[in-house]
Amino acid sequence: MPEIQNYTLNFGPQHPAAHGVLRLVLELDGEVIVRADPHIGLLHRATEKLAEYRTWVQTLPFMDRLDYTSMLINEHPYVLAVEKLLGVDVPLRAQYIRVMFDELTRIHNHLLSIGTHAMDVGAMTMVLYAFREREDIVDMIEAVSGARMHPAYYRPGGVYRDLPDQMPKYEQNKFKNAQTVKRLNANREGSLLDFIADFCQRFDGNCDDYETLLTDNRIWKQRLVDIGIVTPERALQLGFTGPMLRGSGVEWDVRRKQPYEVYDKLEFDIPVGVNGDCYDRYLVRMEEMRQANRIVKQCVAWLRADSAKGAGPVITANHKVAPPSREKMKGSMEELIHHFKLFSEGMHVPAGEVYVGIEHAKGEFGVYLISDGANKPYRMKLRSAAYTHLSAMDELSKGHMIADAVTIIGTMDIVFGDVDR
Amino acid sequence: MSAKLERLCENLRGVLGDRIVSLVTALEQVTLVVAPADYAAVAKTLRDHADLRFEQLIDLCGVDYAAYARSEPDLAAPNRFAAVSHLLSLGHNWRLRLRCHAADNDFPVLDSVTPVWNSANWFEREAFDLYGIMFAGHNDLRRILSDYGFVGHPFRKDFPQSGYVEMRYDAEQKRVVYQPVSIEPREVTPRIIREENYGEPGRA
Repeated sequence: MPEIQNYTLNFGPQHPAAHGVLRLVLELDGEVIVRADPHIGLLHRATEKLAEYRTWVQTLPFMDRLDYTSMLINEHPYVLAVEKLLGVDVPLRAQYIRVMFDELTRIHNHLLSIGTHAMDVGAMTMVLYAFREREDIVDMIEAVSGARMHPAYYRPGGVYRDLPDQMPKYEQNKFKNAQTVKRLNANREGSLLDFIADFCQRFDGNCDDYETLLTDNRIWKQRLVDIGIVTPERALQLGFTGPMLRGSGVEWDVRRKQPYEVYDKLEFDIPVGVNGDCYDRYLVRMEEMRQANRIVKQCVAWLRADSAKGAGPVITANHKVAPPSREKMKGSMEELIHHFKLFSEGMHVPAGEVYVGIEHAKGEFGVYLISDGANKPYRMKLRSAAYTHLSAMDELSKGHMIADAVTIIGTMDIVFGDVDR
Repeated sequence: MSAKLERLCENLRGVLGDRIVSLVTALEQVTLVVAPADYAAVAKTLRDHADLRFEQLIDLCGVDYAAYARSEPDLAAPNRFAAVSHLLSLGHNWRLRLRCHAADNDFPVLDSVTPVWNSANWFEREAFDLYGIMFAGHNDLRRILSDYGFVGHPFRKDFPQSGYVEMRYDAEQKRVVYQPVSIEPREVTPRIIREENYGEPGRA
């Protein structure tokens, strides 16, 4: 009988199920994975090094490009960290706007995550439904910031500008006739908040649709149940956070336990899993979308409430941090100097170090900043959840079949902009 | 300083005693500095002692203090490289920053905390790759983010932003080749540190 040896398989770096440029070296015994060695860094852009050569505000747009499926939530810990070092206060309205967009981004991220996960294990329909709703959220981000994928909307001290009163509308062209345009524009007649409110009202029903497609789907369950089980103890040891930790039954959510912004004023529940397998993590993500929708509804209600409470500045009045308005700048010498200094030299941040971790859609996303008092960071470290999760790839996939490696990559919800930074 | 952080500091002083090099609370965050000789033992105590219970290592990163402009009291250690980790206790709901400076600037070595917190594995590989800090006791200390066969440690302060080599496809050799970098480094906005109270009204 011939001697059967272990077989090494190269998965990626260009593999449709690798969620980006992951090179996974799999050592196989037949179809069973003996060892999985992820080779990462193919998308390493040295964001942390680049930040050391740019002013504090110039670094902000890099954050969008980290996890490009949840852009606004990436900016959040960075601005929080800079604000903490500076000691500036953020207007309440800006805090609500940020929380609202954080949660919309969370929905955006989970839609993409569940959609592509389902596609990886063979359910094509889900991704089409998910992208339909995702498109609406991208439109909201575009309406508020002007960019669909890389908004750079949060700024130290608040947000770049207030919510627009009008939602951009579709226009008639050779592909869309008058009737289609009228139908598409039906929920775009009012302000951005009206559009978001309309989305929130629809979205719970959409979640039901997704669950109809997946939750009791026999193939989906066969591919996910009892795959990649993590015990709570191991989840803590491996540094899991977010849905990966909650899927194992540990009730930990930074939004609840160490609240930032206005999360302590909002009502939401923290879903947890029981078995710690891929299926439980899917259920946790699904429920998180519903909870995020609940938070968005509360934010919309607050932002819409009577004008005295709702209206107000959306960025700090400290012009050493945030630029003055164009109108003021043209009329006052002092404001002109502020503007000039801010856009040439940039702001100076007092010496010190700070770590801010927030509940990102994928887990805890943290920014560790060291400042020596200059107009640029001395050191910035980005702690991304997906990096830690991927480091457990070997442990999670050991003993599983090769097809389950795809399921496990999907459940980790990794995006390579985030892993490689 | 909140009562909770005070309690954390008291517990740390009580448990670690004279193994603390410095313990500073700033911006509502506690920073503990320990000597490299105590590093691994302190890490284990931080995880296991009932008054501390840091079950999770959230982050670990290397820092190069070579170009740091100010001498803070807690940064007085003359050593250039440090590993900074951020710990989280879910039970007590508090966080801690743990810093340890490596003794030798030319060959920085620290103990690995991977046996204490398994999540340190890739973080230590990253710190080794980017800063060249060696972690004794780490069983798989390979480069992680930089290219296969990369020379140098790119995040050190003396490593230029544009690097030393660039790669291109060579049509004659029909493969990707490395060559010395052809772009010149440029700095759009210079790095400036202003004196205290710069720009305040009433200052001469």
